[in-house]
Amino acid sequence: MKVFRDLLRDYRFFFGFWILVLMLVFASLSLFSPYDPGLWGEVPRDMRPSAEYWLGTDSNGQDIFWIATFAVRNSLTIALIAGLVSRLIAVTVGMVAGYLGGKSDRALMFVSDSLLVIPLFLMIVMLAMLIRDSMGVVSLGLLLAIFGWAWDARLIRSQILSLREREFTKTAVLSGTGTMRLVLNEYMPYSTPLIFSTLINNMAWAIGLEITLAILGLLDTSVPTLGTMLYWAISYQAVLLGRWWWVLTPIVLSILLFVALYWLSVSISEYLDPRRRIQRVGVG
Amino acid sequence: MFVRRYLIPRFIQYILVIFVGITAVFFIPRLLPNDPVLRTISELRARGATLEPGAMDKIIADLTQMYGLEGSMLDQYGAFWARLLRGDLGVSFFQFPTPVSALIGTALPWTAGLLLTTTILAWVIGNVLGAFAGYYSASRWSQGIDAVAMVIRPMPYYIFAFALLLLFAYAIRWFPVSGGAKLGMQPSYSWPFIQSVLWHSFLPALSIVILGMAVWFQTMKLVVQSVVGESYVQYARLGGVTERKIVTRYVFRNALLPQITGLALSLGLIFSGALITEIVFSYPGLGTLLYRAIINGDYNLIMGITVFSIFAITTIVLIVDLLYPLFDPRIRYS
Repeated sequence: MKVFRDLLRDYRFFFGFWILVLMLVFASLSLFSPYDPGLWGEVPRDMRPSAEYWLGTDSNGQDIFWIATFAVRNSLTIALIAGLVSRLIAVTVGMVAGYLGGKSDRALMFVSDSLLVIPLFLMIVMLAMLIRDSMGVVSLGLLLAIFGWAWDARLIRSQILSLREREFTKTAVLSGTGTMRLVLNEYMPYSTPLIFSTLINNMAWAIGLEITLAILGLLDTSVPTLGTMLYWAISYQAVLLGRWWWVLTPIVLSILLFVALYWLSVSISEYLDPRRRIQRVGVG
Repeated sequence: MFVRRYLIPRFIQYILVIFVGITAVFFIPRLLPNDPVLRTISELRARGATLEPGAMDKIIADLTQMYGLEGSMLDQYGAFWARLLRGDLGVSFFQFPTPVSALIGTALPWTAGLLLTTTILAWVIGNVLGAFAGYYSASRWSQGIDAVAMVIRPMPYYIFAFALLLLFAYAIRWFPVSGGAKLGMQPSYSWPFIQSVLWHSFLPALSIVILGMAVWFQTMKLVVQSVVGESYVQYARLGGVTERKIVTRYVFRNALLPQITGLALSLGLIFSGALITEIVFSYPGLGTLLYRAIINGDYNLIMGITVFSIFAITTIVLIVDLLYPLFDPRIRYS
């Protein structure tokens, strides 16, 4: 709790945290939506924002406010699935490569380096193209998880490399601690903050890619996400036809999400660097 | 020594990455259980492509060859490479029988022009601003720009592009919000055409430049701030080296090195971000080509764009890496 209170003193963490909380509240409003997100034409088309339709309606005849609550919920779910599953891969790869070293290290790092240099986005497009009929929330989350671990595995690996050289590793190994226990009980506590900050970055990446793929029409476009909202707005040429409210809502929501996640991650990683922490929150 | 320790490993990495990338392109359609040829044909039909019987036979033959479904897996793999190395990416299914390489050739100048100018501009301006902001980090303007960068930086290119689009489409109507040149204008090297191109590419370019600037500004500022604290800078200052010399020779030059590596590392990201920005502004480059290929289910064209991008990006990264020793004597002399 003390860590959390220290972090809240940073304005970036403060805003990031509260924006995210607001987003979660907004997303959970979708549970009370009067409209079914799968149905079109439930409200008049192309209405400007008004007392009845707070954020207006779109050309599919959907209320933008309520569709946006579903969109934020689905986009966050995709990001969470992608983030958590890719954490499993990243932590395993990072720890195995860092702790075992040698051949397995070189093999794993070659795989992760290749993922970093190749234009991954186009690879994902090719894959998504082949399975686009079944591209729902869960399958997209898993697809992104397969590709999103490379950089974070590298970060975790380098932390394990330095932990391995510490005194307590030798003490633990000499006193007969098993490898699994050493890694889980001794290393995990050190790595948790790093894993958490990479999770946040990864979620931002996943939301960005979800939007990209959706704009390209590679998602099931009947599932409302921030990306599919933009997809429909682009295919109906909302900007040219003067329907700004249709584009503005998903854009403002995504900007808020991206800024909140980025500020949280910057704030946490500064907190992890003790020299900077002392500058900001003082000693103790 | 320099050749053996720097150039040769770098070339080996280049070849390996291309090899891994192309191999992945080869295997992706094979990951799925159903017949890729039939699937592509049905996808194509579902999207309303009407083809004469003769064209369909040619496409089936082409697909069978492109997916390399003749002979053993190893034969197929060899044939795939042989085709690529000849520069033959097959034909577009939707705009049959235009070769994919011709379509890429028409779109490429647009993307290359936009991407090269914006990346270089953003990198130079961002670094210069960041360097001064890092050196005078206590000043008010430096902190002001930093605050703006904190908000702009986390946005993806196309989200920022959309925000600009809304702003300029409704609030400030200065620039055209879509297209690459005035409708009906023939591409040529005449001044009116060039003027029209510049005018139309202003907004997409602006969105990429501002966002890129924010990224380079922030990293450069951090690096300069840490270099200023180094002991050799303090030593130079105590030794009476002029301020000007300290700034240019000691601080900026050293801070620039990680920025060159950073440029090479982020080129792939900039590239894919710019592709989507093109779609937002209906700019006639590779991104819009990709968008249309996806809408039309033109798998061959998507594959062609991917293969081309793997070659192009890895080659540009290689060039940046090869230029690096010019700036870092430690690598030249080691």
